[in-house]
Parts: sequence; C-alpha cells; structure tokens
Amino acid sequence: MTLSLLLGGLLAAACVVLVALPYLREPAATEDLLDVPGELERRQLELSEVRDRALAALKELELDHRTGKVADEDYRSLVGPLRREAAEALRALELRAGSAKRVPTDV
Amino acid sequence: MPELGRAALVVTLGLALYAVVAGAWAAHTRRRRLALSAQNALIGAFGATLVASAVLLVALVRNDFSFVYAAAHTSRALPTGYTISAFWGGQEGSLLLWLLILTGYAAGAVLLNRRAARDLIAWVVPVLGGIALFFAFLVVAVASPFATQVAPLDGRGLNPSLQNPYMMAHPPLLYLGYVGLAVPFAFAMGALLARRTDERWIVSTRRWTLVAWTALGVGQLLGAHWAYEEVGWGGYYAWDPVENAALMPWLAATAFLHSVMIQEKRGMLKVWNVLLVVLAFTLSLFGTFLTRSGIVSSIHSFTQSSIGPWFLAFICLVVASSLALVFSRLPILRARSRLESLVSREATFLYNNLLLVALTLTILWGVAYPILHEAVYGEQRLVGQGYYNFFLRVFGLPLLLLMGLGPLVAWRRASLRSLALSFTWPFGAALATGLVLLALGAGSSIPGLIAYTFSAFVLASIASEFARGTRARRALAGGTWPRAFSDLVGRNRRRYGGYVVHAAIVLLAIGVAGSSAYDTVREGELAPGQALEVGDYRLTYVRLEERPAANATEVRAIVGVERAGRGLGTVEAGKNAYTAEQQVSNEVGIRSDLVTGEDLFVIAEQVNPDGTVYLRVFVKPLVNLIWAAGFVFLLGALITLWPDAREQRRLALRYSRAGVATRS
Repeated sequence: MTLSLLLGGLLAAACVVLVALPYLREPAATEDLLDVPGELERRQLELSEVRDRALAALKELELDHRTGKVADEDYRSLVGPLRREAAEALRALELRAGSAKRVPTDV
Repeated sequence: MPELGRAALVVTLGLALYAVVAGAWAAHTRRRRLALSAQNALIGAFGATLVASAVLLVALVRNDFSFVYAAAHTSRALPTGYTISAFWGGQEGSLLLWLLILTGYAAGAVLLNRRAARDLIAWVVPVLGGIALFFAFLVVAVASPFATQVAPLDGRGLNPSLQNPYMMAHPPLLYLGYVGLAVPFAFAMGALLARRTDERWIVSTRRWTLVAWTALGVGQLLGAHWAYEEVGWGGYYAWDPVENAALMPWLAATAFLHSVMIQEKRGMLKVWNVLLVVLAFTLSLFGTFLTRSGIVSSIHSFTQSSIGPWFLAFICLVVASSLALVFSRLPILRARSRLESLVSREATFLYNNLLLVALTLTILWGVAYPILHEAVYGEQRLVGQGYYNFFLRVFGLPLLLLMGLGPLVAWRRASLRSLALSFTWPFGAALATGLVLLALGAGSSIPGLIAYTFSAFVLASIASEFARGTRARRALAGGTWPRAFSDLVGRNRRRYGGYVVHAAIVLLAIGVAGSSAYDTVREGELAPGQALEVGDYRLTYVRLEERPAANATEVRAIVGVERAGRGLGTVEAGKNAYTAEQQVSNEVGIRSDLVTGEDLFVIAEQVNPDGTVYLRVFVKPLVNLIWAAGFVFLLGALITLWPDAREQRRLALRYSRAGVATRS
C-alpha cells in the first residue's frame, strides 16, 4: 500500500515535471508566441502545393503515356495545361523569392 | 498494487484534462510554451497509462485474484498466453487497452509532427486530449480494472471461445485500427480549428491512417479465421453486429484513402474527405460501443455493462461538434478545380467512394434498425443475412469491377482511343474466363460467375499495369527486367502497393465466392465404422477419444478421410469441456488442401453417450484464398507504407521554404 502510494506519487511528480518542462527550460522567455504561418507563408505553401501537384501530374501523365495507357492525342491535349500550371506556380514562387530577397536591401 | 494502477489512471485523467484545457487555451492565445506543455501532457498520459497497464498485466500473470478483473477472467489452470490475452478479454481491460493505444498514438503523432505542422499540432492536442479524457474517465469512474476484493482460491477463468491463438492478436489489432482512426480525425479537426485547409493534415496523417486501416483489415481477417475455427458453424463471417462494427470503419477508411488522392492530385473533395474522416472515427467509436455496451446480442460481445449511455453521449457529442465545425468552415473548404470528365481516374474514385459509403450506410442501417426498433416498439427484430448479402452483391460487385477499371483510366480525362488501348487485353481475359467457367458449370451461381469474371478482369488489369510499367521503366533506364520492376515499384510505392492490395481483395472475393456460392454440405448420425459421402470425399467414423488437456477435457471423434479411393489421413472434431469455466465448446476438424485451396470442414454437432456422433461436413472450395489474401494485403500495405526518401525530402523542402517547419 505504502509502496504503491509512493510510486504513484513519484509518477505524478514526474508528470508534473514533464508538463512544466517548457517553463523550466525557458523560465523567462522573451518570445512566447506560437510561430503561426502568416498570410505570406500560407500563400507560399499554397503555391508550393499547386506546383508539386502539377509536377506530380506531369510525371504520372508521362508514365501513363509511356506505358501506352494514354493515347498520343490525349497526351498532347493534357500536357500543355499541366506544364502551364506548373510554370505559373514556379514563376509565382520565384517572384516571391526575388521580392523577399530584395526587401532587406530596400530597407 | 491496485493503488498504483488507480493512481496512474487518475494521473492520466488529469493530464488529459490539462491537454484539453491548456492545449485549447494555448492554441487560441498562441502561447508557445503552454502549447508545448500541453503536448508533453499527452506524452505523460501515455507513460502513466503504460504504468497502469503494467500493473494489470502483472496482476493477471501472478494470478492475483484480489483484483476483481483477474478473478473474473483468469484461473490458475489457464495457460500463460491466454492469461496475458485476458488483458483484453473483459470490458475494463479492453477500455484500458483503448486508452493505452490512444495515448501511444497521440504521443507518437505529437513527437513526429511538432515541427512540420506546429500550428496544426497546437489544435490537434486538445482534440486528442478530449478523446483520451473520455476513456480515462471511463476507466477511472465507470469501469475500473483495479477494483479489489478478498481474493478467492481460484478465478472463474476465461470464456472458452477466447481461448484460441487468434484471440491473442485479433482484438489488439482491431483496437490498433479503431483507435488509429482517432489520429486523422484529430488532425482534420485541428486543421479546421486552425483554419488551415492546406494538405499538411493529410500528409501528416497518411501513414497513421494506413497503419490503422491495415491493422483493422488484418484484425478482421484474423477474427474471421477465429470464427471459422472456433465458433464452429461452418462459416467465417455471419454479418454479426460486432463483425459489422469492425467492417464499417474499415470501409469508410477505404473510401477516405481513395478520395484523399483526389484532394492531393486535384485539390478537390476537401469537405467530403473531412466528412469521411469523421464518419470513420465515429464508426470506430460506434463499433467499440456495440462490442462493449452489451446492447446487441452477439457471439463476439462478451459483456453486459453500464457504459452504454456514456458512449452514446460521447458519440453524439463527437458527431454534433465535428459537423458543426465542418459546416462553419465550408467557405474555406471550397475546391478550386472541377471534375473535367466522367471518364477519368478521379471519376472512378468518386464512384468507388459513393459505392463504399452506400455499402457502409446500408450495413449501419442493418445494425441500427433492430436496436431502434426495440427502443421504439419494445420488441426484438432481426435483420437477416439475406439483407446484407443482397446489398453486398449490389454494391460489392460494381466495386470489384471498379478496381479493374480505375487503374486503366488516366487522370483528368480519357478518350475512347486511350480506353481501347488499355482495356483490350483485360477485357479479353475476363471474357475468356467467364466463358470457360460457364462451360465448366459455374453458371449454377450467377453472382459467383460474375464475381469470378470481374476478378479475372481486375487481375488482368493489374498484371497489365505491372507489365507495361516495367517495360516502360526498362526502356527509359535500361538494366535487367527485375531491376526495372523493383525501380518501378520503388519509385511509385503508393500506386503499385495499392495494386497489390487490390490483388488481395480479388483473392478475397474469389475465396468468398468459391466457399459460399459453390460449397457442399452433408450431415448425418454415424456409429463407428459407418461412412458419409460429401462431394469427392468419403468420411468414415473410426472411434471416439477422450483425453485431458491443460484446463479442459477433450472429446474427439476420429474420422478417416478418403478422396477418389485414396486415403488422406484423419480429421478430429469434437468438444472441449472446460473445468474452471464450466462451459463446453465446439472444436471443429479442418483438412486443408493447399494446392486447390479447398477445405474439408467437419463439425461434431452431437457426441452421444452410446458412442455415435452427429456430423455436419462442408466442402469449401477456394476458402484458403481468403487467408492467403491477408498476406498479400499486408504486403501491399507495407509497400505503400514504406518511407519514400525522395518524397520526404520534397516535403521537407516545401515546408522549410514556406516557413512552416521551424523550431516549435
């Protein structure tokens, strides 16, 4: 009984320490805000997803065409819009990367 | 040590409560250290539950009958393996196992995703904490596994039906599946709460969902094999409510795993995917409720209890709050692209989803109707197997066909010329198979003939996909055929792993159709020396044997088996009389032919005092393909699950460049 209660107490104490750990590690943190993506980061992520989706679709289309699942005329009609989609996303991402690099010099 | 167990569960309860309150407050007010502290609370909850589980396990193994649970589910004569499996043999232990797996999943999900999806995790923690809080409350306040008593001399033993090797793996695997669906649910809700509708919640939970789905699938097959061997009615699936309870979330998760690909590839079906995740998780809760509440009478339900109302209230809360959240976020879940053609890969996925959900809801209605009828009219009403078999054919056969059609159709749209290129050889193979089977007399069962023809179509389309892919890979990169094959699979694990899973489902369909549509059954009372003919087999009853086992007395009818005049040895069928449990179980005799996949299945329905036995004998063609399908299913799931270094690098780059993968 006593041993059980002692072990139970130790377990509870260990859990309290674990829960308090972030505060014990940084008792006086100057920055305690959760780093949540802002509008710019969200837009960047969205463009990255569009780019990856278009590139993956291109890869899949190439494979399907090479394996004979997609006929030549279907391939030609599908590949153009996908390449445009991927290129637009890449261009938008490059523009953002360029403007992000320029900001410090402008400032 | 029951006090330690109780204390550990109280600690879990406290930590789960903290994870909910502190986690929600931290996510709402964006407090970094408080969010980390709430995450640590979930990890601590896993540690505390692990301690509680260890205490219960030690009590079981040491036959400490001062624990009410140990006395109710074990005895001194019970073999050690079954003593360990008694952990989940009763209600309180099962709920503790639920909590252990849940907190384990939660701790793992937090640790693996706290960097890549830190803003999501902040909201995922209170959701997972809320689910853990409910189960912790149950094991602390409603159904504690640590209730004590004055120790009796011996325990009551374990239900004889549970004394089967399959029962050592089947329930934990089902629970890994049921509980695992909490992770995609929590991430989906976390994403909605955080107003993040990007793909991160899907990327973060893809493998968790696959693990849960695989465990649920393998767990059900093991359960079917247990029923086949142990319950002794000659079948493996009887549309029992508890069996259905495991099938429904698996079907919903299958629909989700397909539709989520449309979101990843086309950015569509965001609302549908979230709703499927809610459906799958709710059905997993409903399954646990059916099994543990004692609300339905089932051979798989081993309990009568008072936790039903608590479960029902929790399920209502989960459904109401998640639907309210989904509807409040509808504006940010709108898709930007549309379905381009009704003849495209995404369209076949959509048809697959509609059929899977229709089948799920039909089964749900079959399970819920007797409960609702009894609640409203006060009289029992059963939904027979005919209902389920009808809808299985209506929805299952088109689903089988779609498994063959889907891989042959390209994304976005497909012209007639493309379809002709892809369909010629699978269609020819299916037609030839159908005609040959018809000539062989398989037309005695039209659904069976259709199932086999569709199965041939799916297998031919899968073989064609592998063959054409390997040829294209070899043409591109050179090298040997095996190298080209392994490169193809390695570079497209999800696609080709999925095809292997499809092949497993086809094997399952062939096994089910063969063993149910083309089986033979004979029965009769035999005295020693008399024989019974079933199909090609001749069974001669030789003698009756009685022998002691570890915790039971076994009575076996020894039956000689011949086929076409050739002796094939003997099978033994009979009964076990369990001493401590004071129960009798049926023990069937099975002779498997691994070449043809056929089983000779012998049940000794009655063993009479005058030495005669009443035998029921089945010949079940192709039934072993069902169990073989389990191995193929597992192989396909492993291929799909295997980490892809290229994909991980691409995702890491995507998130670091977007600035969402830094220190949390």
